[in-house]
Amino acid sequence: MGPFLETLIGGLMTGMLYSLVALGFVLIFKASGVFNFAQGAMVLFAALTMARFAQWIPQWTGLTDKLLVNLLAFGVAMVVMIGVAWLIERLVLGKLVNQEGITLLMATLGITYFLDGFGQTLFGSDIYKIDVGLPKDPIFLLEQTFQGGILVNQEDLAAAAIAAALVALLAAFFQYTSTGRALRAVADDHQAAQSIGIPLSRIWVIVWSVAGFVALVAGIIWGSKLGVQFSLSLVALKALPVVILGGLTSVPGAIIGGLIIGVGEKLSEVFIGPYFGGGIEIWFAYVLALLFLLVRPQGLFGEKIIDRV
Amino acid sequence: MLYRENGQFKTSYSADQQIFPILQDRIAMGLLLAVAFVAVPLLGSEYMFRAIFIPFLILSLAALGLNILVGYCGQISLGTGAFMAVGAYAAYNFQVRIEGMPVLLSMLLGGVCATAVGVVFGIPSLRIKGLYLAVATLAAQFFVDWAFLRIKWFTNDSASGSVSVANVNVFGLAIETPVAKYLFCLSFLIVFGLLAKNLVRSHIGREWMAIRDMDVAAAVIGIRPVHAKLSAFAVSSFIVGVAGALWGFVYLGSWEPAAFSIDRSFQLLFMVIIGGLGSIMGSFFGAAFIVLLPILLDQLLPALGSLVGLDFDTAVVSHVVSMIFGALIVFFLIAEPHGLARLWAVAKEKLRLWPFPH
Amino acid sequence: MKLKSLALAAALSAVALSTVLTAPAAYAQAKEQFFPLLPYRTGPFAPNGVPWANGFADYLKLVNAQGGMNGVKIIFEECETGYLTDKGVECYERLKGKHGGATMFQPLSTGITFALTEKAPADKIPLITAGYGRSESQDGGVFKWNFPLMGTYWVAADALTQVIGKKEGGLDKLKGKKIALVYHDSPYGKEPIPLLQERSKMHGFELQLLPVTSPGVEQKSTWLQIRQSKPDYVLLWGWGVMNSTALKEAVATGYPREKMYGVWWSGAEPDVKDVGDGAKGYNAVTMQHGAEPNSKIVKDILALVHGKGQGTGPKEEVGSVLYMRGAISAMLGVEGVKRAQERFGKGKVMTGEQTRWGLENLALDQKKLDALGFAGVMRPVSTSCVDHVGANWARVHTWDGAKWSFTSDWLQADEQIIKPMVKAAADKYAAEKKLTRRTPEDCQS
Repeated sequence: MGPFLETLIGGLMTGMLYSLVALGFVLIFKASGVFNFAQGAMVLFAALTMARFAQWIPQWTGLTDKLLVNLLAFGVAMVVMIGVAWLIERLVLGKLVNQEGITLLMATLGITYFLDGFGQTLFGSDIYKIDVGLPKDPIFLLEQTFQGGILVNQEDLAAAAIAAALVALLAAFFQYTSTGRALRAVADDHQAAQSIGIPLSRIWVIVWSVAGFVALVAGIIWGSKLGVQFSLSLVALKALPVVILGGLTSVPGAIIGGLIIGVGEKLSEVFIGPYFGGGIEIWFAYVLALLFLLVRPQGLFGEKIIDRV
Repeated sequence: MLYRENGQFKTSYSADQQIFPILQDRIAMGLLLAVAFVAVPLLGSEYMFRAIFIPFLILSLAALGLNILVGYCGQISLGTGAFMAVGAYAAYNFQVRIEGMPVLLSMLLGGVCATAVGVVFGIPSLRIKGLYLAVATLAAQFFVDWAFLRIKWFTNDSASGSVSVANVNVFGLAIETPVAKYLFCLSFLIVFGLLAKNLVRSHIGREWMAIRDMDVAAAVIGIRPVHAKLSAFAVSSFIVGVAGALWGFVYLGSWEPAAFSIDRSFQLLFMVIIGGLGSIMGSFFGAAFIVLLPILLDQLLPALGSLVGLDFDTAVVSHVVSMIFGALIVFFLIAEPHGLARLWAVAKEKLRLWPFPH
Repeated sequence: MKLKSLALAAALSAVALSTVLTAPAAYAQAKEQFFPLLPYRTGPFAPNGVPWANGFADYLKLVNAQGGMNGVKIIFEECETGYLTDKGVECYERLKGKHGGATMFQPLSTGITFALTEKAPADKIPLITAGYGRSESQDGGVFKWNFPLMGTYWVAADALTQVIGKKEGGLDKLKGKKIALVYHDSPYGKEPIPLLQERSKMHGFELQLLPVTSPGVEQKSTWLQIRQSKPDYVLLWGWGVMNSTALKEAVATGYPREKMYGVWWSGAEPDVKDVGDGAKGYNAVTMQHGAEPNSKIVKDILALVHGKGQGTGPKEEVGSVLYMRGAISAMLGVEGVKRAQERFGKGKVMTGEQTRWGLENLALDQKKLDALGFAGVMRPVSTSCVDHVGANWARVHTWDGAKWSFTSDWLQADEQIIKPMVKAAADKYAAEKKLTRRTPEDCQS
């Protein structure tokens, strides 16, 4: 029972971390209908910016207070991500309005290659550290009931809490602010939104900036766990099953999808994996998502695609 | 002026329905084949064969297969690498386990195995559409990756999981020299290209295109979606599987599952989209673009750098190549979202009217 | 207008393409020996590939600064592979004929090694795979052109078993113990498994195999399994980012790092620097050398290469574990050429075939190694027709939070166990490829 609970908790927390990355996908798809394959590259780029500036700011200004340095680096990274969002909107999205989904998908893949190369040219391909003070040691719960206790990773716990807070913040943003309402209107129908005066290009910059912010938070959390290096962009591949399971257009779907995939993955690897020799995590997540899709082809909470003939 | 069809009358249905009805087209094709079969082997250097022509030929074959699925039938698939892997490993197993098996037959049987796997993983397409299907096909990619790493039977129980083939010979001729390999791949490409072109012009092709354009309407007028979609997956996987077998046997010689990873799938999808969806010609253009560009940039950038006096670190060159690659993809998508094939078609149309502007 | 500009762009690129591809491939300079370099400075394995490449390049520069190989200068060129097999093959094809012909190739990737093992014999270029590659290529009777000098994965796995046995008080005390192997799911990671299985049969310990999908950033479930099965020791067989991730997960799940032993590709600074104090106590087997900041060779390189501003990487890197490995790999190549020169003509440029003979007849005794600057770093290496490894010594070093220091004596891998396995695997390879074992006459050539 103990191992099962441990794996379950581990899976739930990993799932929250996947949801963080998946949120970025969902946000952009909801508002601009683009499946942003570059989300992984954005996570990497944001994390690299923050990690390197956190190294350079003390060198350039002599500040040593870690909190201040991290805040400054965060600020710089945020500004950079807004700049990236603006550039993407001007140079890519603006010119590809009304193209088919697959063309936009390929364009975001092109952006992925560009950001990967650009980030590593500017910042290097070594492993960089992000240290925001997340605790690294594990805590053991219920040591009396279960032998060895239930392992709970403090870092993951903190990350899950941050992810939950972020989701609540975004939900409030969409629900209660006028920009949020405008975003929802654009997600519903571009042309109708434009006809009532909502400036599409500005909305898209805002959406991509918010996605950039989400990417930055995800980058900080994942980067703090794994170290910031090229392979961080591969985290996005783990978030894809989450996105399609939850539905491309649903924020709660990203969370619930994340939890399901996280738990499914970890339980399968730890309990079923040994019978197959191990390493089944990655494809199990996708197969799980596939099975859900067979029942609900638009994901659990996604909008039904209505075809007019 | 040069490209008019004045005076070219067709007196039989078969003449009317041929692939190249215009005489100039046939002459151009004949010249191209002559260059490909005769001039290139005589003039090409070993490096060009091994590093440029052979990968280009094999990957354009794979892109051809993928174009049938994505371009003609509209089912986005990101599992192409997996089907290539199935073709390669299946061909390897037939070759190694059956004594005296001809290589040609092993490759074709490898394609058949890829077909079976393709149809199985194509079944979700009956229910799932669009981008959801794309991500669902990634399940095929990762599952096949894992299967070839874990199930020892597939790799003939090799301790490391890496397999190799040697002594490839067809009808007694050894395919060892670069020229022989090049001609071998070229022949495959020509045969399969012809096959694909005729398939897409036939009623199956029209079924596929109907499903792509509006699958509900197609079902309404009597086209069976099951038949059309699964046949697209089947044909596409067969071609991709044979390409995979060629990639392993002829180009790499020795491979492990990482040779057919998700990056390969993305690469092929790029080729198809840049080249032009729904166009046989497009597959070749896309393959040429994607195969040549990185190599060209890799060699050009340091040369340019030394002209300016800068000495580029290979890592920097690699990153800059990545950036330019991404930027060019975006540029092409903006300039011509329908791909290089459309540019070619427009050029041909202008040529039809030349020297008149319209 | 758009069409015209695109057509112009197409024409320009066609011209550029033709000039580049028909560019003079080899303006063979009479007195220069070409050493191609296939590093990966990008991708998930770059943090470990970069120091190795820098060490390699710096050693070649040092040899040139000291007068070359009996007057023959070295010219080297890098081609980025990103640890990908097909890029490695493309680089091989591009570089093999340049500058008068490549002297040897050192791909630093087991995957690329497998692919090049097929091609190198036809092109007559030896492959040096110091510390990696196919374990059975130790058998020079079948693998004429492969040189896994100084150690293969079976040597490493054997050394690790011996070290753990010693810690337990004798190999017989291993009975009933559990050893987990956390390995990179690729030919590299799978290499040690046959030897570990053999040893586990011999001594009665349970071997738990835990593959980690490449590139190895997802290890949470692996370490949860380790926490649940509580192995006595964990062997780490990773590369690149997988190593530091493994250590971080070990910290996160509370597995004692003192009980972790890594292979020599999992025991270097990039793997532990990130984790810092968390990795304290982590051990790794070494291919004879560790981090050697005080060795004579490091002092020479700092003086003659970095001192003149010619260093390939940052000065702080000189002397680190992977830097040393790169330098030693380069040294073995250079010594192979010098040995060939002793037979085929001192002061002349050696062909691939001649270098192969040189590599097969290496006789680096301690005096020669000391003179080169490797005193205290290496033990003698001597190869022969049937033995392409040349040495099978190893030591263990441990990370103390700030640096690596040796924590064991020299030990040797047990050839009684390895040799039969090597012969069996080599024979299997020969049967598959329809090759015949080399004759004694062939050995003399």
